[in-house]
Amino acid sequence: MPEAKTELVIEAQGLTKIFTPKKLPQVTALDSISLQVPAGRLTALVGPDGAGKTTLMRLITGLMDRDAGSLRVVGLDVEEHTQAVQDVLSYMPQKFGLYEDLSIQENLNLYADLHGMSEEARQVRFAYLLDLMGLSAFRGRIAGKLSGGMKQKLGLACTLVSAPKLLLLDEPTAGVDPLSRRELWSILRQLVAREQLSVFVSTAYMDEAALCSLVYVLNQGRILAGGTPGELQDIARGRCYRVAPPEGIPTRILQCELLEDAGVTDAVPVGGKVHFILRETQGKAGLLERHRLTAEPAPERLEDAFMILLERDSRKKRQQPGLDAREQDLISAFAAEKKAVPVDIEVRDLVRKFGDFTAVSHTSFQVRQGEVFGLLGPNGAGKTTTFRMLCGLLPATSGELRVAGVNLRRAVTKARANIGYVAQKFSLYEKLTVYENLRFFGGAYGIPVGELENRIQEIMREFHLTERQAQAAESLPGGYKQRLSMAAALIHKPKILFLDEPTSGIDPLARRTFWQQITRLAAGGTTIIITTHFMDEAEYCDRMMIQDHGELLILGQPGDIRRRLQMPEADMNEIFIAIVEKARQQAKEESGT
Amino acid sequence: MQLTAGLRLFWQHLLFLCQKEMLALIKDPRMRFMLIAPPIIQGLIFGYAANYNLDKVPYALVDESHSSASREFAAHLDGSDSFQRVVTLDSPSQLAQYVDSGDIIMGIVIPRDFAAVLSRGGQAPVQIITDGKNSSIAGIASGYAGRVIAAWNQERSGGRSGISVVSRTWYNPNQLTKWNFLPGLIAMISFVQVILLSGMSIAKEREQGTFDQLLVTPLSPPEILIGKALPPMLVGLFQSTALFLISLLWFQIPFNGSLAALYLTLLIFVLSATGIGLIISSISQNMQQVLVYVLVFLMPMILLSGIATPVDNMPEFLQLLTYMDPMRFAADAVRRIYTEGAGLGEVAWDFVPMLAVAAVTLPVAGWLFRHKVL
Repeated sequence: MPEAKTELVIEAQGLTKIFTPKKLPQVTALDSISLQVPAGRLTALVGPDGAGKTTLMRLITGLMDRDAGSLRVVGLDVEEHTQAVQDVLSYMPQKFGLYEDLSIQENLNLYADLHGMSEEARQVRFAYLLDLMGLSAFRGRIAGKLSGGMKQKLGLACTLVSAPKLLLLDEPTAGVDPLSRRELWSILRQLVAREQLSVFVSTAYMDEAALCSLVYVLNQGRILAGGTPGELQDIARGRCYRVAPPEGIPTRILQCELLEDAGVTDAVPVGGKVHFILRETQGKAGLLERHRLTAEPAPERLEDAFMILLERDSRKKRQQPGLDAREQDLISAFAAEKKAVPVDIEVRDLVRKFGDFTAVSHTSFQVRQGEVFGLLGPNGAGKTTTFRMLCGLLPATSGELRVAGVNLRRAVTKARANIGYVAQKFSLYEKLTVYENLRFFGGAYGIPVGELENRIQEIMREFHLTERQAQAAESLPGGYKQRLSMAAALIHKPKILFLDEPTSGIDPLARRTFWQQITRLAAGGTTIIITTHFMDEAEYCDRMMIQDHGELLILGQPGDIRRRLQMPEADMNEIFIAIVEKARQQAKEESGT
Repeated sequence: MQLTAGLRLFWQHLLFLCQKEMLALIKDPRMRFMLIAPPIIQGLIFGYAANYNLDKVPYALVDESHSSASREFAAHLDGSDSFQRVVTLDSPSQLAQYVDSGDIIMGIVIPRDFAAVLSRGGQAPVQIITDGKNSSIAGIASGYAGRVIAAWNQERSGGRSGISVVSRTWYNPNQLTKWNFLPGLIAMISFVQVILLSGMSIAKEREQGTFDQLLVTPLSPPEILIGKALPPMLVGLFQSTALFLISLLWFQIPFNGSLAALYLTLLIFVLSATGIGLIISSISQNMQQVLVYVLVFLMPMILLSGIATPVDNMPEFLQLLTYMDPMRFAADAVRRIYTEGAGLGEVAWDFVPMLAVAAVTLPVAGWLFRHKVL
């Protein structure tokens, strides 16, 4: 259908939404944006957290009224014809309302009832959807017992029960493992191909946006760019390079230094090398010349364009982590230091069972001082259980666990003086101010009262919290909360820092700053244990381990793992998928024979 | 050396934990309200509203005698402050409608032969019909009637009868209910608050996700437990003090005892309540469960405490149960210290059951905390 190309399902002109919260300055969530979403295609909306993605979705569904501009959905004004618009669209919010105590079948029935579907119609539709989602075999299973990926697929199935013309998805893959993400996207593409469905999807993953036919970049309530992935990618053309670190230097050290180079817009570790963007097409990075490193041109990626757009847009310069000023850069410092590194964490034959269920099965590994060690795995793989046992929050069923030379099974309290812990969710005292929180944790970690005041001032300066010290923690913006969590965990200068999914929900720029801090800390001798579901962040780790179904699948340096799998150029998503699929295949064969 | 360093750390941990708990309490506007409002509201409500003393019992007179003697008797009733005649009826059968409508709570029937019997020097019966829907009010009203009749008898016999009873009630000469209630409330108010706060303390942190953060610090389980117990105790004592001041200064109930004895009693009582609260806290997963437990325990404990109804009136097995209720002994001790000026020696036996409850609940809370919470 050639004319379908020009048909638009969403058309926004000068769309504006302003929130006026009580006692707080008003926020312009959407600032006169214009965009067009074509019918029968996948269109992506990308942007950092708080860009206004969810607000836009809610305006389109008619759940919220605009303050200015026009918004037409399937040719109708949303505010005038709210019901008519809602009849043809389906919306899957970030936290989809599945009934956790009902089975898959019952959840579907419920949504079919809501749409008043006839018995025959629903039989056909259910069979089709369950088959598409690969859930046919699990009809009777309770939704609460499904894995994260399966829950998202069921949510999608429920959303599609009514056979809508337009599907709105708000970050459908947030927190979902790479395998399930890939599956979900292949389902979306099939839906578009088979049903001529129009899909408008917001996402934080650039590789997902690259799969769409049209991409809009939203930041601070404004559209920065819109176009096909190819058109957007062109923004970064001729500015992307890759460079391998000198022998014996971790990639993240080089990446950290490159980020601070005046000639560099962005740098990330990819495939054992550092992928970076030059500020100008013919520019150069002074750091590389100082260390006589040569970079090769690299193909530009959608993410590069995104970072360039964000940098152009941000009025302030990227914030530098304020950990001690240094005379010498980390590369030289790291090369100069060559001595035997003691083991900080020793895990032998660790097992944790919950009733009959084995969450972690016979796992052994070591972590050396100053290492960045990553725990990776899909939801429910056992990484959180392992992590909680390491911090002493959960007793092990059997096995040996030594942290900083202290046996965790005997002297938990003693071991704790050596560790810092940053939880996944912000978990400091919300009513207390920044200063009071730091003072409490300083005191709890036994810093003598005489030294405490100095230490609080010092750590507030390091994490740029001084001007916010009298503010209640609950009223801090997201980035500040994260820095406060870090400051509270580091106030007693622990030997080991545990971080549980520290980067979920923070924007890419803040993630760069965060990893710079981690690199500095590790270079200073702090051991870092980190869990993450952003696979690309595994590149920052010295070593990592991947778990699935409680089993340790692979352990080693990212480079070694690539060599072992013979996937030298692969990114971590691909490696993760390859490892987990291989292990599941093996498990199937073993149980089959 | 090691020991003193350990001790210093213990005190430091405790100090910072208590500071944090108090700050978190005071910074939360809802909690601030919870601190100040209950003693004022409950103090005023109990002081004014809870009153067993009946003023002006509304009654109906059925005078079938129509004699000068019956008129004299009725004048006596009306002349006392305790009665107010609402209506005068001709026949006892008319009483029902007035009782049902709630206009009167008592009917007094003077029989036809009233004057005749009296003049013969015999004992004339007067029928008193009371509304038993509220038995304590009915009892008090007929008691009042008995007093008036006795006084009238006395007068008619010209004071010649042999015995005249002059009763005086010690420590509460006017038998004012609030003199009885408010001192009991001094104990009760801290109980509610302590059990609620110590019950919430762990559940709240669990719900807000801060508990893990607390557990990864080197604070030991006993330190956390003590740190969680002390602030609610302080708050409880504060509220008791507020209610004490309201009783003393606003309602002007004279305090006859010593402050030392009062606060020692309250301290022991609050300690036992904290043990109960911490047990609830350890077995609850969230604040909602805490609330359910608190509600389930609170009502029986208040009823069994004897604050509202005397323990002696309860059946035997319930009386045994009251030994497990620290509030019973706290209320008793505080009342006696407050109104009688009882010394520590006199109320010491009240401390035994309270200390026994504390000695059981606190270790159990500690054990639960170690095994269920950690």
